[in-house]
Amino acid sequence: MTTQPRFAAASRLLHWLMAPMIIAMLFIGVGMAASVSRRYDLLVSIHRPLGIAILVLCVARIVNRFINPPPDLPDTVPPLQRLAAKVSHIVLYALMLMMPLVGWGMLSAARYPIVLYGPVRLPPILPHDLTLYAWLREFHTVLAYLLFATFLAHLGAALYHGLIRRDGVFGSMASWEHGSMQFARTNPASIPNSTQTPAP
Amino acid sequence: MPTAPTSASAGTTPREFATVFRPGRVPVVGRFALAGGMPFQPDAPNTVRSMALSFLPPGGEEWRTGMNNMPVFPVNSARGFYEQLLAFSPDPATGKSDPAKTKAFLAAHPEAARALALIKKREVTSGFANSTFNSLNAFRFVDAAGASAPVRWSVVPVQSVAANAAGQPEAGDENYLFDELIAQIAQHPRQWRLIVTIGQAGDPTNDATQPWPEGRQQVDAGTVTIERASSEDGGRCAAVNYDPLVLPAGIEPSDDPLLSARSAVYARSFRLRAEEEHEKPPSAVTPEEVQAGGKS
Repeated sequence: MTTQPRFAAASRLLHWLMAPMIIAMLFIGVGMAASVSRRYDLLVSIHRPLGIAILVLCVARIVNRFINPPPDLPDTVPPLQRLAAKVSHIVLYALMLMMPLVGWGMLSAARYPIVLYGPVRLPPILPHDLTLYAWLREFHTVLAYLLFATFLAHLGAALYHGLIRRDGVFGSMASWEHGSMQFARTNPASIPNSTQTPAP
Repeated sequence: MPTAPTSASAGTTPREFATVFRPGRVPVVGRFALAGGMPFQPDAPNTVRSMALSFLPPGGEEWRTGMNNMPVFPVNSARGFYEQLLAFSPDPATGKSDPAKTKAFLAAHPEAARALALIKKREVTSGFANSTFNSLNAFRFVDAAGASAPVRWSVVPVQSVAANAAGQPEAGDENYLFDELIAQIAQHPRQWRLIVTIGQAGDPTNDATQPWPEGRQQVDAGTVTIERASSEDGGRCAAVNYDPLVLPAGIEPSDDPLLSARSAVYARSFRLRAEEEHEKPPSAVTPEEVQAGGKS
């Protein structure tokens, strides 16, 4: 019985702030690309500032990760799963960073005005080039589906830790109680009819 | 298609609304085009003509507008447009649209029947330079205090209007409309008055098939001057999506559902064109021809 340390409060705040933003963004993106109704204009006008907000928060999150490194996974996690966890987190960070930059870049290459809200707009970051636009526009879609798939894998892994292995990994991000949580290190799956027993 | 780096100068205007109407010169890039998704169609008098403009007022704002030489639009919704396309698409066997389908469409869409009658009656001029181009959709001008007025706008040629008879296509010149415009601009700049029509309460803003009643206040908001032309190959107009929702502060979309539909569909077609850009054949209107001021 040992303690599974939690993520720092700043890390948990950033995670749970960005999670709904990113999930909303995926559905807004798919929705606006499929709509010719009045919702198209509304969705596009949300998509641009929300994307830039995610970019800013993602940079803050990377800085925070150096200040507050994530807790180590418990020893009970097998090496292959450790590797999967590490790779999937690198992919998630890369996609969170690239999606808004590719979006900003593709609007720049098409010479669309990059309006955030009212008179607030961003400068172009790439030259006006149609072929570059076509390539980035396609790349934006591919990255979006990749992000959706990676998010589903992330959610699946979180639920696996939280519901099946109950090894404290889920609580290290999902718990909001004061102080650190304590969990049994023993794999509950190996104990018949086991329930999670906090250490005394 | 010829582009035109140009300038618009303000006259007596609703200048309290948008900076684009303040006194002074505003750079403009535009695009003349013919309607329909057929890049190799020969010019013909009755093909719908379009003028699209991108105003670049100081301060980084932009105003894009695509206008046509029709008084109204044939349909008033995205669904209506979709059904019109299906009804009027040519039968592969005959090469003509099926009269039964078009009749059924017009019966189901009386607004389209009325609009098409108005479009058929329109004055077709000899060329681009003496055509009037209309915004078709309504917008709203909003001042700093938040007061707003429904508007539609048109560009009305300063050059004299010649009836179409004067400009029948010369035999063999499939691009006579463009060739003539290029030669005209090379002679001297061509100008249009930017006329804003101010609607009143009750004027339809969500139905582009309906003209507004006669006698509405019309404001001369400035002059659009086309100083130079360029070919779409290497020109500045072709790589721009004239999205009607690219608007400066002071001009806002109305409740017209076609605005969002146009924006969405233009984005898709712009993307498809961008994907084909690298394999697009050279334009029939070559940079050399435009450089020389027209066909020799």
